[in-house]
Amino acid sequence: MAQTVALSPTSQRNIISRLWNDKESRSVIIQIITISLVFAFMAYIIHNAVVNLQAIGKGFSYNFLWQPSSYDINQHLIDYNSRSSHFRAMMVGILNTILIAICGIVLASVVGFVLGVLRLSKNWIVNRLAYCYIEYVRNVPVLLHILLVHGLIVHAFPVPRQAISIGDVTFMTNRGIFSPKPLYEPLFLVVIALFLLGLGFMWWFKRYAKKVQDETGQRYPVFWIGLAAIVGLPLVSFFLLGSPITWDVPELKGFNFAGGMVVRPEFIALLLALSLYTSAFIGEIVRAGILGVYYGQTEASYALGINRGRTLSLVVIPQALRIIVPPLTSQYLNLMKNSSLAVAIGYMDIVATIGGISLNQTGREMECMIIVLTLYLVMSLIISMIMNWYNRRIKLVER
Amino acid sequence: MEQSIYKPGEHPNLPPPSNTVGPIAWVRTNLLSSPTNIVLTVLSIWFLYEIIPATLEWAFLDAAFTGESRDECRAKAGGACWAFIGERFNLFTYGFYPAEERWRIDLTFVLLCVALLPVLWDRCPFRKYGLYFACAFPFIAGWLLLGGFGLTPVDTDEFGGFMLTLVIGVTGITFSLPIGILLALGRQSNLPVVRVLSVGFIEFFRGVPLITLLFVASTMLNYFLPTGTTFDLLLRVLIMVTLFASAYMAEVIRGGLQALPRGQYEAADSMGLKYWTSMRLIILPQALKISIPGIVNTFIGLYKDTTLVIIIGLLDPLGVGRSSLADTKWTGLSNEMYLFVAIFFFISCFGMSRYSLYLEKKLATGYER
Repeated sequence: MAQTVALSPTSQRNIISRLWNDKESRSVIIQIITISLVFAFMAYIIHNAVVNLQAIGKGFSYNFLWQPSSYDINQHLIDYNSRSSHFRAMMVGILNTILIAICGIVLASVVGFVLGVLRLSKNWIVNRLAYCYIEYVRNVPVLLHILLVHGLIVHAFPVPRQAISIGDVTFMTNRGIFSPKPLYEPLFLVVIALFLLGLGFMWWFKRYAKKVQDETGQRYPVFWIGLAAIVGLPLVSFFLLGSPITWDVPELKGFNFAGGMVVRPEFIALLLALSLYTSAFIGEIVRAGILGVYYGQTEASYALGINRGRTLSLVVIPQALRIIVPPLTSQYLNLMKNSSLAVAIGYMDIVATIGGISLNQTGREMECMIIVLTLYLVMSLIISMIMNWYNRRIKLVER
Repeated sequence: MEQSIYKPGEHPNLPPPSNTVGPIAWVRTNLLSSPTNIVLTVLSIWFLYEIIPATLEWAFLDAAFTGESRDECRAKAGGACWAFIGERFNLFTYGFYPAEERWRIDLTFVLLCVALLPVLWDRCPFRKYGLYFACAFPFIAGWLLLGGFGLTPVDTDEFGGFMLTLVIGVTGITFSLPIGILLALGRQSNLPVVRVLSVGFIEFFRGVPLITLLFVASTMLNYFLPTGTTFDLLLRVLIMVTLFASAYMAEVIRGGLQALPRGQYEAADSMGLKYWTSMRLIILPQALKISIPGIVNTFIGLYKDTTLVIIIGLLDPLGVGRSSLADTKWTGLSNEMYLFVAIFFFISCFGMSRYSLYLEKKLATGYER
């Protein structure tokens, strides 16, 4: 009896040390401890939030979304006025963010690709110029670029009364670029239908041409036929139908222009700054990608008698894309996230609408910030998904 | 012609043809090799001709370096007005730090350089003691800047200018690396719970813009703390910036961890090393070496992102500059201000990227035989 009493602490310690030294049980113990710590922490901060919200008499509800927002947004892609709800203001903000993200990604990709090619140019001056540009742009904060470009546009462009006019229909002023707005007549639908038809035909024709080439080796001029189908056909029909578009030309009324379409200076500044900033990074990525393709590949292609252009498009670029796409994805994501800096120059994106003015007016910090964070997470996920899908499509198929 | 017959191996070395060496050949191959190339060269020379003289004229030749106000500058010269920067230089550097306490910032900066020396330069004399000092530096700097224990306390509201950029940048860089390493290890861990938590943390912070996190820090973080706690705004910003950067750091380091051959992990296991020992001695030294370019890129990104704090009302150089422009004496000089701040950021960030290139070259020894 005495012996067992004396032994029991040791055997208990043995059990613990055996549990700790066994890989399986130790991992279970560590995970249980981690998860309970995390839950305790979450419970603590949620408890704090509940107590704090109660103390100042605020509930947690999204009802404010349906109240009138009572503020104006100067760039809205859907109908909006100050009597619309906060929810509608949020939708306007989302659309504005998506607009800047898409335009920015397209412009940044084009400029970035050109920069990458210039950086690889054998021409010494061009090469150095591209290098200086890339290093300057990359090493200066994007917010500074945005403010600088915005300042330049606002200061360097004239007031509406002395607008720079391009053919008396488009006017460049410090309040934006005013251009004629197309008003579509019903017959224009025919043109759109023909354009869609052209796209469908092109899709079919490309597959057909590939099949023919695989079977017989004969090549069709796919590019020119496609151009005729997609651009030529709608264009010809447009003029045959008697140009079914009328233009609403902007006119100077008082201190500003009325009518027409306007691209706001905030949008232009943000678009230019974001895409120039991102294009410097994309330029370096493109350069690294092209240099990453072993030169033997190019030589092998020349040895087979394939010309320079086709070597680039059939041998080098497909292999370079595999190196380029993953970092390119993160640059696109960065551009999308950097568009939130719009708030600094008053472009009304998600952060400025629901996370800015709506938040200040309603005082619902928690709800608004949760919406903003969720929206950005969802958009990040969507871009990653698209780029991952593309990446998988162009990946090397190994046996 | 006929008499110059040489025996095999006795032909004297002739100079290379004159059109393949020297500056003319260089110009021909590098600038004028093809019609496109000629067009590009002409275009870029024209571009340089348009840009450089005008810029020099504006920035130096026709610029005013002294003056009391913008109008005085304009009366003197048509170009830049650097007097503005000169007058506000202290504000740009120290923010609103009390004038009689500014020596503390200078001292901190000198100590920062002293602390960085042994970290960055591995043949520095007394490197071991230098590293001890570098570890102690954050605390010394905190004491010097904030005061207390014999020094006049200074409120963080009075931090600003380049000093604020350095405070946020250096703190973020110092703390994001270790947190990033832990997160990367967590993401590669065999324990599902740890892995899921790390992935969630990393993906959340990478999925949202820093500016929204700063808004969270400034508007709603107080709700999550016990009632009545006040939490310094700068500290909240520092926490958010560090967490944000560490999520990116974790992904960079994960790249390094995944690039290591499996054999390294297996070899460490077969030596009987425990998890932390094998990580510390075998895996991390190699993984970190591979990921140096990415790590430095993240540092540069963090350093540039410190400018975002102006949106929640802290006054870094950009903020100081913008508020100075609101002064009627100096209004309209935004180009000078932006250029000045841009040069500051360019020098720091370009320096960092050059250092990373040097480090890469120095550490890329294992692959050359």
